[in-house]
Amino acid sequence: MSLVEKTAAQLQEMIHTKEITIAEMTEKAFDRIEALEPKVDAFLALNKERATQLAKEMDSVPFAERGPLFGLPIGVKDNIVTEGLVTTASSRILEGFNPIYDATVVDKLRAAGMVTVGKLNMDEFAMGSSNENSYYKKTKNPWNLETVPGGSSGGSAAAVASGQVPFSLGSDTGGSIRQPAAFCGVVGMKPTYGRVSRFGLIAYASSLDQIGPITRTVKDNALLLNAISGYDDKDSTSAKVEVPDFTAALTGDIAGLRIGVPKEYFAEGVSEAAKQAVLAALKVLEERGAICEEISLSHSKYALATYYILASSEASSNLSRFDGIRYGYRTEKAGSLLEFYMNTRSEGFGDEVKRRIMLGTYALSSGYYDAYYKKAQKVRTLIKKDFDDAFEKYDVIIGPTTPTPAFKIGEIIDDPLTMYANDILTIPVNLAGVPAISIPCGFDNGLPLGLQIIGKHFDEETVYRVADVYEQATDFHKKTPKTWEGAAQ
Amino acid sequence: MAKMTKEEVIEVAHLARLAITDEEAEHFADQLEAITNAMDLLSELDTENVEPTTHVLQMVNVLREDKSIPGLDRDLVMKNVKEHEGGQVKVPTILE
Repeated sequence: MSLVEKTAAQLQEMIHTKEITIAEMTEKAFDRIEALEPKVDAFLALNKERATQLAKEMDSVPFAERGPLFGLPIGVKDNIVTEGLVTTASSRILEGFNPIYDATVVDKLRAAGMVTVGKLNMDEFAMGSSNENSYYKKTKNPWNLETVPGGSSGGSAAAVASGQVPFSLGSDTGGSIRQPAAFCGVVGMKPTYGRVSRFGLIAYASSLDQIGPITRTVKDNALLLNAISGYDDKDSTSAKVEVPDFTAALTGDIAGLRIGVPKEYFAEGVSEAAKQAVLAALKVLEERGAICEEISLSHSKYALATYYILASSEASSNLSRFDGIRYGYRTEKAGSLLEFYMNTRSEGFGDEVKRRIMLGTYALSSGYYDAYYKKAQKVRTLIKKDFDDAFEKYDVIIGPTTPTPAFKIGEIIDDPLTMYANDILTIPVNLAGVPAISIPCGFDNGLPLGLQIIGKHFDEETVYRVADVYEQATDFHKKTPKTWEGAAQ
Repeated sequence: MAKMTKEEVIEVAHLARLAITDEEAEHFADQLEAITNAMDLLSELDTENVEPTTHVLQMVNVLREDKSIPGLDRDLVMKNVKEHEGGQVKVPTILE
């Protein structure tokens, strides 16, 4: 078995038995990135010099002082600021921006002893479902290089799926971790809102954004969430709640567990292959003692409209800080101060970002505030209540992550509404603030499909337990894309 | 929802501090009209007695003691500023 197919525990064992050093492992990670990058295009910046130096130093740390993730390589989505390592959120407006501090999650990765190898491509400011909105490059899906990896954390999912790194961080505003995880056949978790600090995450829609882990297995995912969770007084939306050891929840026991299966998640637009894969997964869970029942999340069909109003409104406000004055791109076409702002922003932002800024500005403008923004805030209450009611009776809710597998690059980029519909099954989760994971559950024409498991607020443990039982019973997570063949191991 | 006109798009772009050409305004008007039409789905719901959710969790203000602490290092901050002089950021002329 090659290095890239191993779990965190197996890699630690190799380090412990001196089969490999941390320095060698880091070198191998960069070899593999260099071999696969021309095909996959997942990285925007590499941290080779510093990571190599750090890895060498880490080899001398005594084993007794090391945690389960010590010395392992990780890639970080490019909307998470990293001190001394260029961070652009895939936008021209932040071209060359070199942060002077680390995001809290990056501090936590360092404390866990992880080696940040580079920054991962994404849709500009996390706006998109395909990775085609990056100003710098289009990441490809390792399972079929003609298809998209999903978005906005497409680089984070593709880097793990291609074995360039065993771990990555993404961010999820309307499905941006789960949808690319589903498209790339990896495990992606959006934690409960407030579980992970957003300090140092370049904001898109502050009331929805949440950082989360992308990995190849459920257990590794739980390990990484252990490392990045916790209260942070630098983030006013951080929750003061206890952080359990998420790996302790992987007991393998789901006897008597109640699963709600929303009929709306199998409605029109959801492909037959996605439906069948999820139904087969439910059968696996039933065989292990879970009880599945059909439920209704009756306001699901309003989630997409609610999301685009709220997210765009928050984006129009958050992105007003990009004016070319203090950092990032600055127009050459000077003039008055107003012209300076307008030219800088027009040249610096891509079309999708402009579209959402305008939509948000419109929804918040005095004539339309009640009809759009306030209305959407009220519908959000109804969507959240659907979940609260369902969780009175059920431990988890299960459905497909996406209606279809990955689509072709360029296929729907000019049709924003069709593109937005891709997130129809993931968006309600963000509006309600609950945690949800996507794990591989099958294939359609050689492209992965994702199973979405949704939990109660701060009950990632049950989500992980169910995901782990399913993973142990199946081998979808062990399949590897052809892109791997011939690349450095 | 009424059709989003090109003029409205130009007005909204101005409010959002985005310079757009006539051609872009027309293109965005078509797309934004389709999007806002889709958003109008919400109007079929009666939300008269529903409280808006501004935040999914109970929020409390995070306050710190009122004492001075060092801010960001000015020289470091200036490394990302395109034009600066004497520790100050240079901007285009505001008053003639």
